[in-house]
Amino acid sequence: MAEAKVATPVATKRAKAKPAGPSDDKIYTWPHLVRVEFLCALFVIAGMLVWSLLVDAPLEEPAAPTRTPNPSKAPWYFLGLQEILVYFDPWHAGVVLPTLIIVGLMVLPFIDINPKGNGYYTYAERKYEIITFFLGFHIMWISLIVVGTFVRGPGWNWFWPWEPWDTHKVVAMNNVDLPYLLGFRDYWAQAVVGLTLIAGYFVVGTAAMYAWIVNKKGAEFMKKWGPVRFGLTSFLFLNMVAVVIKMGLRLGMNVKYILVTPWINV
Amino acid sequence: MSNWERFKQQIVESQVWRSMFRHGYEDTPRNRILAVSGNVWLHLHPSKVRKHGVRLKFTWCMGGITFLMFLITIVTGIYLMFYYRPVAEYAYADMKYLEFDMPFGMLMRNMHRWAAHAMVIAVWLHMFRVFMTGSYKPPREFNWVVGVVLLVLTLLLSFTGYLLPWDQLSIWAVTVGSNMARATPLLGHEGPFREFVGVNAVYDARAFIFGGGEIGPHTLLRFYILHCVFFPLLTTVFLIVHFWRIRRDGLSGPPL
Repeated sequence: MAEAKVATPVATKRAKAKPAGPSDDKIYTWPHLVRVEFLCALFVIAGMLVWSLLVDAPLEEPAAPTRTPNPSKAPWYFLGLQEILVYFDPWHAGVVLPTLIIVGLMVLPFIDINPKGNGYYTYAERKYEIITFFLGFHIMWISLIVVGTFVRGPGWNWFWPWEPWDTHKVVAMNNVDLPYLLGFRDYWAQAVVGLTLIAGYFVVGTAAMYAWIVNKKGAEFMKKWGPVRFGLTSFLFLNMVAVVIKMGLRLGMNVKYILVTPWINV
Repeated sequence: MSNWERFKQQIVESQVWRSMFRHGYEDTPRNRILAVSGNVWLHLHPSKVRKHGVRLKFTWCMGGITFLMFLITIVTGIYLMFYYRPVAEYAYADMKYLEFDMPFGMLMRNMHRWAAHAMVIAVWLHMFRVFMTGSYKPPREFNWVVGVVLLVLTLLLSFTGYLLPWDQLSIWAVTVGSNMARATPLLGHEGPFREFVGVNAVYDARAFIFGGGEIGPHTLLRFYILHCVFFPLLTTVFLIVHFWRIRRDGLSGPPL
């Protein structure tokens, strides 16, 4: 008897909740979704077949561990990272940056607390998220892959697709470290200056971001967002922008490193 | 009732038929739901979906295409496994054998490779779409994380497969790709702070991947097993979680 009394309100609550709300626009998976998937699969398989009949997968001469081709390129989807090697040491370009990319992608849903734009396309309601994603994914990841795939030749030098690959091309590399460029000649003074520059970049960058967000969204939002979310977001964002800055410094001012120490160079 | 109709009815009402198919063909809401929930393959879907989840303009079908590419590589990959031996002496010769002597060998190899590349592109586009529609927002945060794991697994699947043809393209691409590991801070023999750990060329992060100090026959076998057994299984596990979560939370949009 007691059980029945408990069960009844739940049942009525469910029955009442069903017809209202967004569940109204639901349609049956069979046939609506299954039909779309089936047709999509059919066309894609047909396309893959035609592609595979027309274009053969590459097979070069047998592996020869003593004959290194020039250039040696990683699989195309990693060429963005290989391209970053021009600007950073391998431990940063090959280990730290990929880790940051993966971690950054994983924390994305937790640092983005904007409730708008859930389930529909919108630019106006999520301007900054979309711009940041565009910078990371389209501008950096994709365009660097294009550069690495199509315009890098022997010695990882720049060759336009219509240029012949000259294996003896010499490119003058007059790169100097940034502290040296600023006039510091002593080894340890350079290290201190370099460290100060990098620490300063993150401190000033974080402060600037804090001020900008408070100004843009208000202190109320910042309180709701919390220090952990803000810290993660600004750290990841500043790291991403740092890649662009380092590329700019190299291409514009021939800067090799910003921080030089016996252990790591950045 | 004609003889044909009676014959059909006898089949449909037979014990054998009814043991296999649990619902009628009549177009009723009940049968539409049973068609999905009573089918082990289709029940990866919820039996009802939101209208926008069906529109190609919304989904680009990229998640589905990524999964389709995964299936294509499994089917073609099993065919290739019949003829390919992951031994340095045989691997390259087996590739030639496959291309020139095996019926449909070249086609299967082409499809395997292009589907693998298409899978990488499709998974990126899928991620882009999910980002643009804000589909990672509550309650689907965790499924986005699972998706990122699947993205990494897709790249690892493709990368481990890259070595198997055992030609110049494959060993040098994998060498360049794996060289990063020797620069790992602390764990790589050319990485920063290596002296505090005591790693060397045959005992560091890259040697762990290669199975030795240099890329060689041991690497080929290692990548073969990772490519054909370990990563496909791991990917399948994460795919199950990924699909299950979509089924639970519905496809995109605020919580119901």
